[in-house]
Amino acid sequence: MSESLLEYDFDVIIIGAGGAGLRAALLLTEQGHKVAVVSKVFPTRSHTVAAQGGINAALANVTPDKWEWHMYDTIKGSDYLGDQDAIEFMCSEAAEIVRELEHFGVPFSRLNNGKIYQRAFGGQSQNYGESQAHRTCAAADRTGHAILHSLYQQNLRSGTHFFDEHYAIDLLKSGEQVCGAVVMNLHDSQLKRLNAKHTLLATGGAGQVFRTNTNAAINSGDGLGMVARAGFTLQDMEFWQFHPTGVAGKGMLISEAVRGEGGILRNSNGEAFMERYAPRVKDLASRDVVARAISIEVTEGRGCGPNKDYVLLDISHLDGDLVRQRLPGIRDISMTFLGKDPIEEPIPVFPTCHYMMGGIPTNLQAQVVTPDHNSEQAVVDGLYAIGECACVSVHGANRLGGNSLLDIVVFGRKAAQSIDAELKANTRRKISEADNLEVILARFHRWQLAQTTDDSIARIKKDLQTVMEQGCGVFRDLDSMQTALDKLLPIEERLMEVGLNDHSDVFNLDRLAALELENLLIVAFATVQSALARQESRGAHSRVDFPERDDSDWLKHTLYSHRLRRLSYKKVNLTPQHHAPFEPKKRVY
Amino acid sequence: MEVLISRYHPDKDDEPYMQTFEVDGSQLHSDAMLLELILHLREIDPTLGVRYSCQEGVCGSDALNVNGKNLLSCTTPLKSLKEPIEIRPLPGFPIIKDLIVDLELFYQQYKSVEPFLQSEPLDPQQEHLQTPKQREQLDGKYECILCACCSASCPSFWWNPDLFAGPAALLAAQRFTIDSRDITTIDRLHKLDSPTKTFRCRHIQNCTASCPKGLNPSQAIQSLKNRIVKGH
Repeated sequence: MSESLLEYDFDVIIIGAGGAGLRAALLLTEQGHKVAVVSKVFPTRSHTVAAQGGINAALANVTPDKWEWHMYDTIKGSDYLGDQDAIEFMCSEAAEIVRELEHFGVPFSRLNNGKIYQRAFGGQSQNYGESQAHRTCAAADRTGHAILHSLYQQNLRSGTHFFDEHYAIDLLKSGEQVCGAVVMNLHDSQLKRLNAKHTLLATGGAGQVFRTNTNAAINSGDGLGMVARAGFTLQDMEFWQFHPTGVAGKGMLISEAVRGEGGILRNSNGEAFMERYAPRVKDLASRDVVARAISIEVTEGRGCGPNKDYVLLDISHLDGDLVRQRLPGIRDISMTFLGKDPIEEPIPVFPTCHYMMGGIPTNLQAQVVTPDHNSEQAVVDGLYAIGECACVSVHGANRLGGNSLLDIVVFGRKAAQSIDAELKANTRRKISEADNLEVILARFHRWQLAQTTDDSIARIKKDLQTVMEQGCGVFRDLDSMQTALDKLLPIEERLMEVGLNDHSDVFNLDRLAALELENLLIVAFATVQSALARQESRGAHSRVDFPERDDSDWLKHTLYSHRLRRLSYKKVNLTPQHHAPFEPKKRVY
Repeated sequence: MEVLISRYHPDKDDEPYMQTFEVDGSQLHSDAMLLELILHLREIDPTLGVRYSCQEGVCGSDALNVNGKNLLSCTTPLKSLKEPIEIRPLPGFPIIKDLIVDLELFYQQYKSVEPFLQSEPLDPQQEHLQTPKQREQLDGKYECILCACCSASCPSFWWNPDLFAGPAALLAAQRFTIDSRDITTIDRLHKLDSPTKTFRCRHIQNCTASCPKGLNPSQAIQSLKNRIVKGH
């Protein structure tokens, strides 16, 4: 281990090389700024690669469409917790953003007239809630792969500088300003101090906090952990999306595109049960609605299989060629992991943790905000966040399918535009001298010194995931969440006591897992504390003991300070800039 | 079951050696993939070095050489493997630690073929139009996950990883020469017209046999060569 830190100066460092980070990097490099992208994996291994169904934009290539209708659907989908100014901005940018992706080379599927193919997805309508919209632009069922690779390719063209397989440990701070990050090269554990005028977090989700999830092993909430340790708040962490159709017992994602193309969910009686829960749009209701319906079917004894613990996703009535052409990846997953060809046999599915609606609070410029004495939205100088790690909030209490790929690209570009404008307007901005280096190094060195113990990082992580799944799943109540919170405290103590089995400096995965687990634990505390306090059901937060939405008390965002272990709240934006506001209504599909 | 894993730590080993593990198969799911076994071994020995992430065959992190064949551990059913299971890093690349190899040359070759669309500039109000038939040309080319199973099975790449672009890079090259939106086809073919970069391929077809996504780099290279010879 080298005690000496290598030191580098940049205009901007971007932590994370998924779709959000890469879109931002492309613009900033093209504008001639000195940019570095830090990624703990080679960029095309980032989790954007796993997104399947598509990206929403009102292109109107298949059905008449307007971005205002998309805005309405997103606000309704969010159960009115999404900020209406942010949703308005995202939806109005969407068409241009998708065409721009097409120009970057994304191999979208095509219609006979040569335009981008768009499919039906859940929760999307024409004319403010009337007939089903076809708004989700798709590259077969590999849209995330197509977008991530195309953005990486364009960054190769523009010459972006990458620190591949480097892990970000913590944010450098000068007073309350953020001025870069300390990162570690995984190959040799060399620490690097990346000083920067602007730091952009694009670290993705944290689905590893739940046992069954669709997320990659790398999704450990690193950006959230860094922000929490820097003393800033996390927002709306009680809202986790359980995707209705994960492969039962395993968790791999089966895209909503399957239902968009005509797939039907059936229970053990063969009944297309979604008709009872969402009479109008049936299988294409919002994800929270479908996930709850599946859970109820199984709880009430209508599950399938020997243990009656899943339902079936049936596409056997669809044309085999259509499935091969539009859903090749899904067919592949089903055949690989279940040995079932969905053209012949239905796929066993059950809800699985998929997406974090909460995250690092940001404003419309993608600047990180945190409450201070004067404001609930004080800007953190020098720090930005985008994509799943951020909460701007465009997804509110429940995200619509096809809106996460949109979110990452819209706010990836927006953050880059904000930073670009700032760098050009303020050419004399200097990099500040960090004053928290000692604290950062002390946390890191603790793991170097930790001697081997009987307990292990892998065991603590498994226990954490089980606690969260039992306490904060699709349905929650006071008892389940209080039990989870009580169990998190001893887990935190174990993490303080545990030692490592690997003390080498070459690709030390044991130490990496320990650093990631520290972040996951913060995410877990934020989730349970925020969820316990919210005494209502809204979007993905379904409380058995408080089954109704309560706008008079709870139409507000939760803020969690890990340093103080305390909650505060802030207003939901109900005043979009151009469109008339959408008043909260009962949500029916 | 008996599992042999190649171990190497640069600080203490002169060269890689095989370590034998006896694993109680009942600890694993009956339909487990190879990755589940490897993660089980990592719990027994957390120093074991291996890359993995998505666990569903799309991120391309966990390419390994198992019983002599390159594959992704997360999509290979354990049952499909004969015992003893011999797990080695991808051949032909420098080993960093255990099953983790240095893919720098592989990535360099990918970058060398300019794997990015160069199209007619268009204002953001418009799409480049592409018929379903033109788009179909890209099927089997764009789905590559850069796992390196192919290039690591190619004798031409083993011998000349610095000169021969290798199957993954050439598959990407072919994809951009046939994308109807790209306007640099002639220039691309000209740059690929090299006895080493492209024509070092001898069509052994190990690449196609080892691709975990079922793609056919060998055929793509053949087509590329034909077009270079014909000049379009």
